[in-house]
Amino acid sequence: MKQESLLQVKGLSVDFSTKAGNVRVLNQLDLHLLPGEALGIVGESGCGKSMTALSIMRLVPVPPGNIATGQILLNGTDVLQLTESEMEDIRGNEISMIFQEPMTSLNPVFTIGTQVSENIRRHQSKNSAQAKEKTLQMLEAVGIPAPKQRINQYPHELSGGMRQRIMIAMALSCQPSVLIADEPTTALDVTIQAQIFELLRQIQAEMGTSVILITHDMSVIAEFADRVAVMYAGRKIEEGLVRDIIDNPRHPYTQGLINCVPVLKTDPGTERVELNEIPGVVPSMAQLGTGCSFAPRCHKAIDRCYEEVPPEVTVGENHCASCWRVGEIA
Amino acid sequence: MSNREKTDAAVRPDRPLAELWHMFFANKAAVLGLVLWLLVITTAVFGLTIHPGDPFAMVGAPMTPPGEEFLLGTDYLGRDVLTGIIHGASVTLAIGFSATVCTAIIGVTIGVLAGYYGRWVDNLLMRVTEFFQVLPPMLFVMVLISLFTPSIYLIVLAIAVVSWTGMARLARAEFLKIKEMEYVKAERAMGARNASIMAKVILPNALPPLIVAIALNVGTAILFEAALSFLGLGDPNAFSWGYMIGSSREYIWDSWWTITFPGFAIFLTVLGVSLVGDGLNDALNPKLREL
Repeated sequence: MKQESLLQVKGLSVDFSTKAGNVRVLNQLDLHLLPGEALGIVGESGCGKSMTALSIMRLVPVPPGNIATGQILLNGTDVLQLTESEMEDIRGNEISMIFQEPMTSLNPVFTIGTQVSENIRRHQSKNSAQAKEKTLQMLEAVGIPAPKQRINQYPHELSGGMRQRIMIAMALSCQPSVLIADEPTTALDVTIQAQIFELLRQIQAEMGTSVILITHDMSVIAEFADRVAVMYAGRKIEEGLVRDIIDNPRHPYTQGLINCVPVLKTDPGTERVELNEIPGVVPSMAQLGTGCSFAPRCHKAIDRCYEEVPPEVTVGENHCASCWRVGEIA
Repeated sequence: MSNREKTDAAVRPDRPLAELWHMFFANKAAVLGLVLWLLVITTAVFGLTIHPGDPFAMVGAPMTPPGEEFLLGTDYLGRDVLTGIIHGASVTLAIGFSATVCTAIIGVTIGVLAGYYGRWVDNLLMRVTEFFQVLPPMLFVMVLISLFTPSIYLIVLAIAVVSWTGMARLARAEFLKIKEMEYVKAERAMGARNASIMAKVILPNALPPLIVAIALNVGTAILFEAALSFLGLGDPNAFSWGYMIGSSREYIWDSWWTITFPGFAIFLTVLGVSLVGDGLNDALNPKLREL
């Protein structure tokens, strides 16, 4: 049974013109997001995760960026074809985004109440009293204690976790159908991280918002997402349900990422020691070879990996991977 | 209300404006500047009701020294210097303020557009700015004014035309810096429009240095007007301090008071502007003050 996708990214390629020439930072990317689900996008720094988010928001700086090919369908409408002003109505209203740095994501010169209600009034025809009411409701919903006092405070008076809650309140204040969270907890400590995910999960259940979670941390994915797409050097290399990916990763890169997660209880004398890092770094996008971009770092690479890009192979229900040796790797 | 909350409120005022005033008034020089300002403004507003008179009217013997009849003496045509100074206060203030408002409007608009849009807009606007910067300002003003009939409006506009460049560069620099901030990106992701990002997000954050520049610009504009009037390029119907000095300069050895008092008035006014500007700078940039 195939459910109707809320958001669908089809064959998206994004180029950046640099001094070294045209660099393709996203390459033929396909993604879909079902209503109410949490999709994780995981990968190392520089693999195109954030660029995917910015493309969906149409916030890729043009130039130097350029969306070369592809479609991004939101409820069937291609957002890439919309005018800038139509797009402004979608941002913060249909699709919202929260960022990595809650410490600097709020405007320091206005109170948080002003900022949240400003966003409500931007997208919904409400007078200031109604917007204030809604602001209080939202702050309550994201678990801010004593919201009536908080709305008169400035961002510097709040902790990082509180500020991220405010950002979430702001992002959700117009009931968007999609929330993109770009490493929302990277700048926060682990206990706050758990609280923020708990909050996101709860809001997702209450409001039915679909969430795209971008992270480099496989354990965060395991904790929060329903489905996960693994990205490497601008391509999606594996996609599937979280439990399938974690229990049965088919791409060597995904296996490497999973083995990177530190395990607190260790069992000495196993192959774990050998696998707990992926050698090398993500290659510069300007210097990608012809074959699989992961091949130089892959311990299972064969000659063919350096020559041809592997196609996407379906390896199970809702599970696909792009690797020449996917049949042998189980 | 617990005790802790009370102490918190006392230590850290929740209202940044209140904090700003507090810092400003802690600075003695800034307060002196403000007092000078109030003095000039009071003179301009109430002076003529206390000491009425037409500054152009010849009321006494020429070059009467300061004394009982004329507190500050009369000039070579027998015009009362005190009346002139009182009248000049309003002319000077009017020109200083309106020229600064025009300067700020031109400069900030150009700087904001250049800094925000960058690329060719920035390139174009900055080349225009540089063009205006390389012209000697005094000469440029003189050319502008001699092309038309001197009037207060023309002088205000001419001063603005030669002095907006600094403000534009400052606004541009602030916008270049602030537009890369995370909260600007976040604001855009919330669907804010360009105009709203410029006016409501970046500008409020760029204000502190701009306020200081605007305050200091009032002094520059006053000096410009004085210099123009001194050179005889002022509005002949406006009795300004610069005009008083200029018209009496040949008689400086015979009547020191005709030049000294208006000169002193200019000095105090510009000093007041500078002190207020510096005080605002300290209050708005607490980090600088600690050094």
